[in-house]
Amino acid sequence: MAHIALPEGLPGIRGPMAFRPDTAKPLNEIVDILLRGPHSLTPGERELIATVTSAENDCGYCQTIHGAIAAHHLGSEALVLQVKTDRAHAPISDKLQALLTIAAHTARSGRAVTTDDIAAARAAGATDLEIHDTVLIAAVFCMCNRYVDGLATWMPDDPDFYRSRARMIAEHGYTASTVAQPQTGDHAPTLTPGVGR
Amino acid sequence: MPHIPLPPGLPGIRGPMAFRPETAKPINELANILLFDPHSLSRGERELIATHVSCANDCQFCQTVHGAYAAHFLGDEALVLQAKVDPESANLSPKMKALLNIAGKVARSGKLVTADDVARARTEGATDLEIHDTVLIAALFCLCNRYVDGLATEMPESLEYFRERVPVMAQHGYRMTPPAGVTS
Repeated sequence: MAHIALPEGLPGIRGPMAFRPDTAKPLNEIVDILLRGPHSLTPGERELIATVTSAENDCGYCQTIHGAIAAHHLGSEALVLQVKTDRAHAPISDKLQALLTIAAHTARSGRAVTTDDIAAARAAGATDLEIHDTVLIAAVFCMCNRYVDGLATWMPDDPDFYRSRARMIAEHGYTASTVAQPQTGDHAPTLTPGVGR
Repeated sequence: MPHIPLPPGLPGIRGPMAFRPETAKPINELANILLFDPHSLSRGERELIATHVSCANDCQFCQTVHGAYAAHFLGDEALVLQAKVDPESANLSPKMKALLNIAGKVARSGKLVTADDVARARTEGATDLEIHDTVLIAALFCLCNRYVDGLATEMPESLEYFRERVPVMAQHGYRMTPPAGVTS
């Protein structure tokens, strides 16, 4: 059960977002710009940064939904699973490897990001904007993960729920998908944690 | 030296915010709603939550600037210093102590917030909105602290910088356009 009375039927971050639409609006804007705006990193790559950060923070809902969106964009659930569980051997570019390391370090603490981490990313071709946005995406998900878990929101355990939401968000974006609160795929609450890890 | 070249003369979060104004705008909007807009928690109390979390995350810039804002609104620098490290023994209301306890746990992990922590806050008079906003303020500063330190932004050389920021923020809040305006 969530720590405060939240609107029913909305899993994860959508419950507290519906509870406080004023703060949900800029929150969704931040995520839309960073994950879906025009960018030299693909939406799939940026969703992987969000997924790895959420996995580092052990946030079941965020890592599952953003993992599903990443898989939708990249066309492979197996790749996302490997990035989460065995990143070093995942078949991704050296640049993305270096950026995911920066994201994982940011999840622990901003101070854990070293000049060597940055040099490795730059050597693999990362631009200043890509480095900036990697740190900021990781930082934003350190916020979202804590928002979701700090209020003890619930998460569905059916993988199809996340696949269906992933398609909707990939097509319509975060602001549209959250503010409109489409009910597709929603179902009864479950207490099963950690689905999709 | 910052990890990426940032506009000069803007310490802390203001450097990366000037580097990327598109993302700065909604971050500042969120900060303004949570810390500056009308609320049942005073501005000083909300700045204290931001300061306590920034201290827990060991972020020098954020804990200094928001500590200065909190001291301004509360009129008590010593109280802010104590609330940063040991809120339970500080001269604060039982409700604020319970909310700072929640914020400190959020700083480490959202999963550490227990039903007992929330029940304690509620017993001391905290509303659902106050509990929600405490969690979200704490979460927002976990973002800001990492943004500031993850890019190795510059700390001002003099504490005078922070004193000068106080009246600017107290007058305008966080909703100004960077880099000219107040960001944090």
